[in-house]
Amino acid sequence: MDDLRKRAKELLEASAVKVVIGYENGTENKTRAIFVEKPEDTGKLIFDSRCIMNLASYLTKHEVKNKGKMAVTATLPVMRAIIQLASEFQVNDSNLLVLGITPESKLIEFKDLAEVESFVHKYQIEIDVRNKEMLDKIDKMPASERWNFWIKELAPCFKCYACRAACPMCYCHRCTVDFNQPQWIPVPSHELGNLEWHIMRAVHLAGRCVDCDACYNACPLAIPLNLLTKRMLIDAKEHFGGYQPAIKAEHLMSTYKPDDKENFIL
Amino acid sequence: MADFEPRIVAFVCNWCTYAGADLTGTSRIKYASNVRIVRFPCTGRIDYMLLIEAFNEGADGIIVSGCHPNDCHYTSGNFHARRRWIMFRSLCDFMGIDIRRIKFSWVSAAEGAKWADIVNKTVTEIRALGPYDEYKKVAKTPEKEVIHG
Repeated sequence: MDDLRKRAKELLEASAVKVVIGYENGTENKTRAIFVEKPEDTGKLIFDSRCIMNLASYLTKHEVKNKGKMAVTATLPVMRAIIQLASEFQVNDSNLLVLGITPESKLIEFKDLAEVESFVHKYQIEIDVRNKEMLDKIDKMPASERWNFWIKELAPCFKCYACRAACPMCYCHRCTVDFNQPQWIPVPSHELGNLEWHIMRAVHLAGRCVDCDACYNACPLAIPLNLLTKRMLIDAKEHFGGYQPAIKAEHLMSTYKPDDKENFIL
Repeated sequence: MADFEPRIVAFVCNWCTYAGADLTGTSRIKYASNVRIVRFPCTGRIDYMLLIEAFNEGADGIIVSGCHPNDCHYTSGNFHARRRWIMFRSLCDFMGIDIRRIKFSWVSAAEGAKWADIVNKTVTEIRALGPYDEYKKVAKTPEKEVIHG
């Protein structure tokens, strides 16, 4: 933590970056994002196990981007998100410096995004045991039971779009749900709109989701919506050889192989 | 239940399946009249949201069909579509949507008989499954009325 503060201070004093994005203490023992622009404020920066928010979601916001070069405190999932964003031309070396935090909570600084990429590639994206059990449980249900499960789970959703706001990959200036001509997804908190919103969200994140669980952590109703993106991750592995964010890689859903295998087309 | 006639919506590409369905007609092959065909430039243009929309509007079954691999008019539209179908179909299955009601197929402009066969088989199967009440119950929304003015 001291390393992080010291390095942030150096960077700001040398004007190497204009803003350092990190975590600070919030209310009720929670942490929140902080945008440090003055060297004397770097003392507010913290890092501990409570810091689970994905800060990469700020990198595409013009309010932050317009400040100038950014440095971001990045855990492994955040680094993955950064690499995916780089492959989608949303961030690059000239506007971003990564202050990495290894899974052992050590500060690690990267010269450029290519270094971040090779660090990220040392770790495979793994779905944790608890979620895996849940996915298996749902898979084993008969279809109608699955349907009822999801209708019930999604019922409390009132489409606050916190999942969208927390997700680093949901950076479209205008999201499909914001359109009302035509209105693709009914706005009220209703079974149909909820179902459609979550299907849409999952499909748009297919082959892009880095499995950081920011959406689930942001959901005020703790809807297990991350199971849907996790399922897409498993499918990507099963059908297209797996997903690992890479700067030069083609997006799984915008490329194809002539011999992609399926067993359902008549 | 005995006199239930399923409503099927078919999303087809202009260059192969639509022409194939046309051939079915000009060859005077009789097939079930339950299908409503929606013509698209390419299977790559068929957004998965449209498939969900069809169920919302009361479809009991859906057929999605286009050119065989390597035959796409735009060279790769059907390859892209195939990737999306694989993901989308799996997600639908995971969410409990009845994937027996969504049929995907490749029908070329020369396969008029295959088209008739696919439609007939789908209609028979969906007739046996009955109306898609599970979805229709959810799809009944007051705001839908407003949208259509």
